[in-house]
Amino acid sequence: MPWRSPLALLREALRGQRAREKDLRNLVSNLPYEGLEKGKQPNRYYSGNAIKTTKYTLLLFIPMNLFEQFHRLANIYFVGLAILNFVPVVNAFQPEVALIPIIVIMSLTALKHAWEDFRRYQSDKKLNHKPCSIYSRREKQFVERRWKDVRVGDFVKVVSNEIVPADLLLLYTSDPNGVCHIETSNLDGETNLKLRKAISGLCVPNPEYEPESFNCTVVCEKPNNNLNNFKCYAEKPDQEKVGAGIESLLLRGCTMRNTNHAVGFVVYAGHETKSMLNNNGPRYKRSKLERKLNTDVIFCVILLFVMCLVGAVGQFLWLKALPAVPPYLVPDSNGHLDSPSLSGFYMFFTMIILLQILIPISLYLSIELVKMGQIFFITNDVDLYDQETDSCVQCKSLNITEDLGQIEYIFSDKTGTLTENKMVFRRCSIMGTEYPHKENAIRLAVLEETETEDDIIFNQRPRPTKTGWSLESEDTQRHHGSSSRHKSKVAGNARSDVAFSSPLETEVIPDRMLLQQISGAERFSSSSSRETDPHLDFFLALAICNTVVVSMATAPRRRVSGVSSSSQTNNPLDTLSNWVKKTGSLRHIFTSWRQDHFNPPLKMEESGEVDGLQTCSLHAPSLCDNRPSATSDDLCFEAESPDEAALVNAAKAYGFTLLARTPNSVTVRLPSGEDLVFQVLDTLTFDSVRKRMSILVRHPITRECLLYTKGADYAIMELLGSPYAEHLTGNEKKTAAATQHHLDCYAKDGLRTLCFTKKVVSAKMYESWSVDRQRALAAIENREQLVMDSAVQLETNLSLLGATGIEDCLQDSVPETIVALREAGIQLWVLTGDKPETAVNIGYACRLLEEEDLVINISCNNKLTCTSILDSTLEEVRRYAADPRNVGTTQDISLVIDGRTLAMLLSSDLQDGFVELARRCRSVLCCRVTPLQKSHVVKVIREKLKVMTLAVGDGANDVNMIQAADIGIGISGQEGMQAVMASDFSMPRFKHLKKLLLVHGHWCYTRLANMIIYFFYKNVAYVNLLFWYQFYCGFSGTAMIDYWLMIFFNLFFTSVPPIMFGIMDKDLSAEMLLGVPELYRSGQGAGVYRFSTFWVSILDAFYQSLVCFFIPYLAYRDSDIDLFTFGTPLNTISLFIILLHLSIEIKSWTLVHWLIMLGSVALFFVVTVAYSGLCVTCNPPSNPYWIIQRQMVDPMFYLICIITTVVALLPRYMFHVLRNSIAPSPLQQARHVDRLDPGTREQLMKEWRNLRGSGPVKRSRLSTPPSPTLDTHADIYPVSPIASDIMGDESTLNVITGNHHHT
Amino acid sequence: MMATSYNAKDEDGHITVSGPGTMRSKKPENTAFKQQRLPAWQPILTAWTVLPAFFIIGLIFIPIGIGLFVTSNNIKEFEVDYTGVDVSSPCFNCSQNYMWNSSRPCTCSIPFYLEQPYQSDVFMYYGLSNFYQNHRRYVKSRDDSQLNGDLVSLTKPSKECEPYATNENKPIAPCGAIANSMFNDTLELFYSDPNGTLIQIPLSTTGIAWWTDKHVKFRNPAGSNLTVAFQGTTKPVNWRRPVYELDADPENNGFINEDFIVWMRTAALPTFRKLYRIINKNNNMIPTLPQGNYTLEVVYNYPVRSFEGRKRMILSTISWMGGKNPFLGLAYISVGSVCFFLGVVLLLIHYRCGNQNNSQDISN
Repeated sequence: MPWRSPLALLREALRGQRAREKDLRNLVSNLPYEGLEKGKQPNRYYSGNAIKTTKYTLLLFIPMNLFEQFHRLANIYFVGLAILNFVPVVNAFQPEVALIPIIVIMSLTALKHAWEDFRRYQSDKKLNHKPCSIYSRREKQFVERRWKDVRVGDFVKVVSNEIVPADLLLLYTSDPNGVCHIETSNLDGETNLKLRKAISGLCVPNPEYEPESFNCTVVCEKPNNNLNNFKCYAEKPDQEKVGAGIESLLLRGCTMRNTNHAVGFVVYAGHETKSMLNNNGPRYKRSKLERKLNTDVIFCVILLFVMCLVGAVGQFLWLKALPAVPPYLVPDSNGHLDSPSLSGFYMFFTMIILLQILIPISLYLSIELVKMGQIFFITNDVDLYDQETDSCVQCKSLNITEDLGQIEYIFSDKTGTLTENKMVFRRCSIMGTEYPHKENAIRLAVLEETETEDDIIFNQRPRPTKTGWSLESEDTQRHHGSSSRHKSKVAGNARSDVAFSSPLETEVIPDRMLLQQISGAERFSSSSSRETDPHLDFFLALAICNTVVVSMATAPRRRVSGVSSSSQTNNPLDTLSNWVKKTGSLRHIFTSWRQDHFNPPLKMEESGEVDGLQTCSLHAPSLCDNRPSATSDDLCFEAESPDEAALVNAAKAYGFTLLARTPNSVTVRLPSGEDLVFQVLDTLTFDSVRKRMSILVRHPITRECLLYTKGADYAIMELLGSPYAEHLTGNEKKTAAATQHHLDCYAKDGLRTLCFTKKVVSAKMYESWSVDRQRALAAIENREQLVMDSAVQLETNLSLLGATGIEDCLQDSVPETIVALREAGIQLWVLTGDKPETAVNIGYACRLLEEEDLVINISCNNKLTCTSILDSTLEEVRRYAADPRNVGTTQDISLVIDGRTLAMLLSSDLQDGFVELARRCRSVLCCRVTPLQKSHVVKVIREKLKVMTLAVGDGANDVNMIQAADIGIGISGQEGMQAVMASDFSMPRFKHLKKLLLVHGHWCYTRLANMIIYFFYKNVAYVNLLFWYQFYCGFSGTAMIDYWLMIFFNLFFTSVPPIMFGIMDKDLSAEMLLGVPELYRSGQGAGVYRFSTFWVSILDAFYQSLVCFFIPYLAYRDSDIDLFTFGTPLNTISLFIILLHLSIEIKSWTLVHWLIMLGSVALFFVVTVAYSGLCVTCNPPSNPYWIIQRQMVDPMFYLICIITTVVALLPRYMFHVLRNSIAPSPLQQARHVDRLDPGTREQLMKEWRNLRGSGPVKRSRLSTPPSPTLDTHADIYPVSPIASDIMGDESTLNVITGNHHHT
Repeated sequence: MMATSYNAKDEDGHITVSGPGTMRSKKPENTAFKQQRLPAWQPILTAWTVLPAFFIIGLIFIPIGIGLFVTSNNIKEFEVDYTGVDVSSPCFNCSQNYMWNSSRPCTCSIPFYLEQPYQSDVFMYYGLSNFYQNHRRYVKSRDDSQLNGDLVSLTKPSKECEPYATNENKPIAPCGAIANSMFNDTLELFYSDPNGTLIQIPLSTTGIAWWTDKHVKFRNPAGSNLTVAFQGTTKPVNWRRPVYELDADPENNGFINEDFIVWMRTAALPTFRKLYRIINKNNNMIPTLPQGNYTLEVVYNYPVRSFEGRKRMILSTISWMGGKNPFLGLAYISVGSVCFFLGVVLLLIHYRCGNQNNSQDISN
């Protein structure tokens, strides 16, 4: 390398900086520059693909780690003390010894950091050394390199099942259509395959791609962390620009599936890739308890200050009082004595050193250890494990476990959180006719039942006839009895590799009426192909208008299985057997199918399609020949949203089977068996503004351009054109009205609704539109808006085909969980994007709303109305609550708000009123809210009411809310991992919230709170001994305990028991806490750890230290006791007091407790005896030689220890006894109940729940309507007609009481 | 606070390759420990459960207290203050001395009367009040290695001894403020025979220090002869004689002089006593110290006026519990009574409130 001037280097660096900062990057191929030095490389400014996530390097570890640690205030305090100790005039101990605590704590922390960094280093190394193939011009082929060698501008080939090493612009794939599939589960956890298209028009689909022919400049945006957005264009030498978006970008970390190989151009590498930019490390939140604790630490500082001041003033006065220089005053080496005031001043600092452990520095380390232990137990709870998804609770935030025990408000998403997010097609309405699908409903009911009883069914099942499947061995058959349930679940598991494809979701029994209709229509349409029947169109729309990707069930995505490359062979049998090995045994799939056979007899009489659906799977081997024209029954639909999968499955049930989808075509098999290939002209993807998606296809027979649109009813209905427009025939109007009616019915039943429309686009119109469209797509500025505008442009004048109702089943034990959480004093809010009707219905189903509740529904269109409604409602609610007749019998108030109203209520002037109203409502249901509103609601409630909030959700739309709340919980469901990644805790099911909060939350909180209180107590109690001694040593800062023993006291003898206490103490059993959720209330609000608790424990510490000092003092007064002989019993007594104090606090003693407690005492004696037995002159000038030995043979020692311990602990003991006997708290009562035998306990728990109100037993329905102003079924707030006239909009506010109808 | 940099493996954003291991179930182990179901003893402190404890404490403590009290009362102790603050007291003249090394020794004698005969061994203490031997800088002002006979420390005393480490460029042995301020009064006891003759009571100078101190912790520097061994060192400033002339007995001279050892064990509290001599009982028939008149002859050297201190001479018999101190006995008796009383109170509470809460009244 030639020498270059520093100036040139600097210029180069600056240029690189500028290049990286630019908004647009111009990238060219590296190939022409291959082998040249670095300075000649065109893309040299962009970061390479090697990653480094480590914080430290080997050489700089110590300085960097020290620097990092000194960022912490506590450590600075520590070091300050140590330095103070080196100042001769103020030092209390030998300077070297004073360094020990800080060194121990800091080296422990450094060790932890080093270990973590080493692990990061290892995984970096592993990643950087993964193989990949890069094109080399010299060798004219792709050569194997490492990931770290990839540079921007390289050409990388990715073969099937390989992980993409960097962000690649897809140029070529082995697929003739230029597409490839990737799986992004590493990135976002979504398991469905995503389609990526090679950037069009850049390469001719040769059999092999020639990277050397690439001569374009790729212009792309600056790296950002948005996984769903990417903008770039390739500029050919002839200035032609070809736009590309995220659909052409292969992200680092994705896995290539179903595609033999693909070649991409590296646009971002290493730390600039989207996946790395998305990786922001762990979250750090400070818990409420910790915030409180910090204020208490400040009190400790004040206390320390006061005590030091006492020492300083004491020293001053003491010296002043001396008539002359006594022999015990030691001058400094020059024989000079400081003046009393100067000595007093120095003494202040000496006392800080002496009493330093009053500030509980080790508390922070202990809390961290305790939390690690608590997290260990939470993540290991078998009750929080979900077999179906094989996942447990995960704690992402490591320091807010105790917040789980203090939650007052829960904000929950609905879909996927309360519900399964498994969509089941229930009903449809076509051209204004409703098809109720009764048989399907029965099937679902039966299926649900069998799921709970499948053990029994299994055992009663006759031995299955031997199928043609050879892999099914005899021995697996033998022991299926007991474990069958488990196995069938595992089978379900294996199948759920493909998202949204459980049998519950995939099977639909057609409505007989509709079947007849279709077969009739088909006959009709085959005779005259001009007029298609709307029924056929409806199902075509169902099958086509989506983004579902089809794959074969028998040849599912091949997964990488370690290093074995056997899966890459093309032998289908091989892959199949691999797959079988992976899933355990294919038998499970049979059994799950067979189960269905077993179910209802009604299935037997069903149409051929359905039967075929089930029987053909038994001939699985015959399907191994991967021909796409195989029977349609083992197709797997891989959908991005569960609704789509449900609809495609529904269409399949009626014979409209989606066979294949490529970017340019959709193949559908008609009931007649005919395969139609529609050319896809364009897809207008779903977005949250339009709330609909459309697909533009060319009909293969009629050559018409057809636009099929599906979307939310309100997003569709207004596009039908005005219903009063003249061209709309009366028939169409009627259809629309009838459909709307059906939609309302569906919504009332809690179904999700979608509307389907069709539009015939004239060729001319398509031509002009597509020009606009292309322009929009190629734009780099403002592209989203342009693309959306172009979509809106086309989606007009649609003609309605029909509507569907899809059910989203409630998750397991959601109502029970909600009832329990409510009993626990937690207010539950559900924030959903659904329609109010659907939401209210689900609300009733999950017992968020109770039948006897007073439901207030607020919905208004402008702010004035909103204000008046809010005021009157608030007034009414206040009056209602204040009414003495309502006390005790009050109905609970629930609030239902829609998104538009919510937006107004959240505006700053109405906020207070809204919060006040919400505070008085037991549950609140917000419908049609946007993600931003969700987080806004959380923030407002959290800040206005100063309460602990928890947000739980599963989708990307919940991320804002999850981040806004004190605790965010992500449900690791089917909708990807964004919510989980943003959350503090993730769990598989909503029902786990119950145990997580009621049991673990309670435990963690009480444990940690008690541990912290104890820690404060412990330090104060011990340090005060030294403080009292100052009154007898002329405030000179003498310690009567050997400093080593003092250090050991805190470091070893009394450090483990509190940590164990914080991790393992169990005040109540899990059963009790779950059985009586009310007990959770003890942690809410101020909870156990109050201001008063802190001071009570400090006072207790003062009392105990007084006793601990003065009883030995009085016993040894005026004797020949020497300094350390006096200190030894004090040290021993405080050990006993401190440990026995803990024993009083410990609620349950396991073997571990005993071991640690006794071990601590034993350790104390062993260490002390050994130390004072062996150390003759080892620790000058303090010398504990043979002191404990002499004390231990002196009966007085024991007598003093015993009485001091008893007197010191008597008040606390008495306090506990009296509190438990006279006024036991609910927790204490629960502990009593907990000790009874299980049967009695069960009964008592039930009684308790009933006694304390809103238990499972409904309160008396006889309770009269409490307030005369609140008449049922009446609009209680007579909004004056004049007022509403003036406002000129409709405002609805109705109170729904009594029995709400729902099925 | 310290969790900021915790990084679990899957949070690194690294791509985890799904290998064959992923098929293993993540189900947590269902063990009693991990599920927090270890068998546990769960005591609940209620009136009824702790009642026995209180009564037992009461029943044990009261007898112990009585025993201690009686023992303490049986100990005979006599104390005489010879500071000489009063003009009338015999040592007043001597006490006016502020200086350590006054050339003329001042003696005074204090007569006293013992009302009871002392039967067993009698321990003779000197007591100092208001002497803060526990002052931080005073306590440190010594060199244990020097006292342990270390030759290097003998010539190079530790810095802790400053400013009493060297004098006139010679190392001080023993160095430090503690040694420098060693108690140097001489006390002698005379029994006034009913006949009027003064009989000097023999005082034993050995056996007053801890055995371990005398034999392990304190050692003279090696050398054939103490005078030679301490060659090159100088005596502490306040001392009249060098350390090797403390006693004629070579087993009680130098660093292992027991008076010196006793002084070097710094007292914990500003008012303290230190064992000075032991009056051994040599005849079972005659009391060690019979009832009668005595005279305490003091060679008054130790100045205490600079700190308003007091000097006492104490004669005491001792028991297994040490010297006379009724406090512990009284404490035991009162704590025992309080516990007993609390037990009764708890019994009442149990019968008043216990019934409603003992079993199932949770609706309370």
